[in-house]
Amino acid sequence: MAMTEASVSAQPEAAKTGSQLEIKNLNAYYGPKLAVRDVTMTIHPNEITALIGPSGCGKSTLLRCLNRMHEAILGARAEGTVLLDGEDIYAQDIDATLVRRRVGMVFQLPTPLRTRSVYENIAIGLRLGGIKNKRTLDEIVERSLRQAALWDEVKDKLQQSGLALSGGQQQRLCIARAIAIEPDVLLMDEPCSALDPVATFRIEELMIELKKQFTIVIVTHNMQQAARVSDRTGVFMVERHDEKSVGELVEYAPTGQIFTTPQDHRTEEYITGRVG
Amino acid sequence: MKTLNMARYRRRKLVDRIMRSMTVVATLLALIPLFLILGYIVIQGASAISWHFLSTDYKVPELSLDGSASDVGGIRYAIIGTLLIAGTATLIALPIGLLAGIYLSEYGKGRFASFVRFATDVLSGSPSIIAGVVVYIVLVKTTKEKYAFYGSVALALLMIPIIVRTTEEILKLVPQTVREAAVALGVPQWKAILTVVLPAATGGILTGIMLAFARAAGETAPLIVTVFVSNSVEYNVFGSMGSLPMYIYRTLDELTSPEQYKVLWGAAFVLTALVLVVNILVRVATRRRV
Repeated sequence: MAMTEASVSAQPEAAKTGSQLEIKNLNAYYGPKLAVRDVTMTIHPNEITALIGPSGCGKSTLLRCLNRMHEAILGARAEGTVLLDGEDIYAQDIDATLVRRRVGMVFQLPTPLRTRSVYENIAIGLRLGGIKNKRTLDEIVERSLRQAALWDEVKDKLQQSGLALSGGQQQRLCIARAIAIEPDVLLMDEPCSALDPVATFRIEELMIELKKQFTIVIVTHNMQQAARVSDRTGVFMVERHDEKSVGELVEYAPTGQIFTTPQDHRTEEYITGRVG
Repeated sequence: MKTLNMARYRRRKLVDRIMRSMTVVATLLALIPLFLILGYIVIQGASAISWHFLSTDYKVPELSLDGSASDVGGIRYAIIGTLLIAGTATLIALPIGLLAGIYLSEYGKGRFASFVRFATDVLSGSPSIIAGVVVYIVLVKTTKEKYAFYGSVALALLMIPIIVRTTEEILKLVPQTVREAAVALGVPQWKAILTVVLPAATGGILTGIMLAFARAAGETAPLIVTVFVSNSVEYNVFGSMGSLPMYIYRTLDELTSPEQYKVLWGAAFVLTALVLVVNILVRVATRRRV
């Protein structure tokens, strides 16, 4: 993978950085229905980009297009270009599973694998990726759990079921699982909507820590959350187009600007609570 | 809102009580024949069980002058035969049924899949003699032989639809989020199914296989037309073989003495117990794994 970013830091330990995603004229469909129309935006490396907007505006759909999870839904497809460090993930010869190993994902509801232990929940992605050596696995599992700020809480229950953890811990376990395979981008689909405020705060802290190594894209319904953690914010709206409701990107700018001096009247109406 | 209509509330409570007791009565009615059959088999059959009965083979009854038969032998060969025939049938039906069930649940979306679903539903409802006749025409007539293996093929035809549909239903119970979690890790779909989806459904799938095995072990009609009965222990499935259902069928056919009447119940008891024991063994084995 090409490390084209000039921002690679000199520290030997933190050599890993996130990737850039350039989205160009992306349309996403569910069957014949156009759900997201003509999105063009650049996700900057080692930043947190928040996607906000009312329900049904296509922000989650767009997120799922960024690691080709959208097409895993029956009848769903996407058209357009998404460049991951310059490489089109929608090119003919690109395998979706390889894209997903470089662009990881965390879901709305924590999804620990039920029949597996805490340790196995993280090791499974590594094993299936071809890492068999026990000591290497141990190292990566511990490192990932430390990165996800979960190690101290679970180091004595690595062999217990992932379901024995609290909701917030489960979500951090899922983050640890996602970053264990060292993706370049981490997609988070409303990762805190099922969590209480304390657990939410911990995840937000974690995200700010993780953006040193990963590019993070987060979909959230919570505007305060977007304001707290993100560097840039994309605002999506449901618009009428050819007599049909379609999600569109109406404004994309640094987060401070979105929340203080929005350029688009729809953004202003949304963040002041008049629509959505 | 001070005038709460008590009359109306009382009526509602009464209707609720009547409907509820009707469901209880209906449940009891449904259970009565089940318990009668089970109870009768246990009471009549248990007295026939002895080590001699379980460890010896069939013996042609010799009629004594007073009409009572002498020793009619045991059912060892029939127990072994049933296990072998039904076991071989499971070996045939399991891979086909399991893979077809996985196909329907994980891949089958189009018209072909609905056709397969319809076909398995029809097949699982068809009388067992149909399976016997099919095997008779295709295998027995062409080879002019009746092997135990042909009986297994016929039983497998009956097992496949049961395994297919239970596998599909159980796999569909595994939440979509579990599949997505695995796929989002960059795991190919087949690997996700094998390592994440199937392990989460092991218990249910094994129950389905058990149901199919239980059905196959008790079938008689397909065996009548496809297998020659042997009266001694056989291990070669490409030969004749005895089995519990055939033992019961034949004993009933040539019923002459109270002694035979007794072994008839004994065999029915063993057949029921066999299914129960295998069922319990599988449950214990799966409980430990999950």
